Amino acid sequence: MTLNWKTGGLLLGFVFFLAVLLVKPIGVSTQFVILDGIVADAVSPGFITQTEDGYTSTNAYMAKLDGKYAKSAANPLNYSFIFVLAMMAGAFLSVRARGGLERGEGTMPALWRANFGDSAAKRYAVAFLGGFVVLYGARLAGGCTSGHMMSGMMQTALSGYIFAAGAFAAAIPVALMMYKKEA
Amino acid sequence: MEIILAIVIGAAFGATLDRIGATNPNFIGKMLNLTNLHLMKTILLAIGTGSILMFGGQMLGLVDVGHMSVKAAYVGVFIGGLLLGAGWAASGFCPGTGVCAAASGRKDALFFIAGGLLGAAAYMANYPAWKAAGLLDNVAGGKVTLGSVPGASYEGLTGIPGDLLGMALGAVFVMVAFVLPERLTPEKGLAQPAE
Repeated sequence: MTLNWKTGGLLLGFVFFLAVLLVKPIGVSTQFVILDGIVADAVSPGFITQTEDGYTSTNAYMAKLDGKYAKSAANPLNYSFIFVLAMMAGAFLSVRARGGLERGEGTMPALWRANFGDSAAKRYAVAFLGGFVVLYGARLAGGCTSGHMMSGMMQTALSGYIFAAGAFAAAIPVALMMYKKEA
Repeated sequence: MEIILAIVIGAAFGATLDRIGATNPNFIGKMLNLTNLHLMKTILLAIGTGSILMFGGQMLGLVDVGHMSVKAAYVGVFIGGLLLGAGWAASGFCPGTGVCAAASGRKDALFFIAGGLLGAAAYMANYPAWKAAGLLDNVAGGKVTLGSVPGASYEGLTGIPGDLLGMALGAVFVMVAFVLPERLTPEKGLAQPAE
């Protein structure tokens, strides 16, 4: 089912190239902030406000870079936000086209089940905590696996190398400790 | 026009992430516990391929150098990388693969996204403290590339021609993808030879 690494790697590399050729390097994690901004402004109007020459927010992070994030949250029909929605559509169609998700994978991956058992609640709790730490870290770093590691190292950005060093320095020990049984 | 490109490139990226197994936490876990490096080889080949195409295209004048977007280097990049790495290993998702996994029907990925939205919000609230602590201050020139890319608005860490260096490093990534073995830890459950 999974593409051979040679085909898959060439295909993935070509997509990253296409993005920088036609528009700009791929990145994802900023859009979690944009969605937070959209929700915050809907729940408490005035979170984002229009100024004479753009947008700003009562939150210092949303307002930084002359309100760049505030502007995107005020206008969700922008390239980067639509890009993430299109990613979801692309993944959805690709899974459908290959006959759907493998049995039993909908609640938890087999590797998790082999190491921690069948409890969905336990898996969901760790996925939630993992998500919290991943996005907190990605925002602190200013990018994630896509923006820093893939797009960054591809452009020979120093920051991409620093990020990848940190990510693998933590990820490998954690995976070795958590996933001792193979599946 | 930009919106159409967002839809086309985004959908291609999402579909590719599904087909290479990156949206499958089993492959992430097996890559990170070093028992199956298939996905690592895929990622390394992709970085190399992207690099060679982009810098090669720049040298031929076919790719606009102005499309490059280099992020700043600061201490928080490393600390954030550590945090992301830990959560990535535990959950098996990163931001891009997490949203794609949710779209492909993985319910645990929905909890990852919910946690992610809360984590991003927590950082939005804490941002002034990180900034005040100086952990977001540029190091080594901030937005720099390893070599000096001709025509780019970013400084080079070294004076080496950045496009040539990019092609060379791209070739290194491709080579590492080829020489990396399928697994780095010994196979468990295999009978040990008798003395």
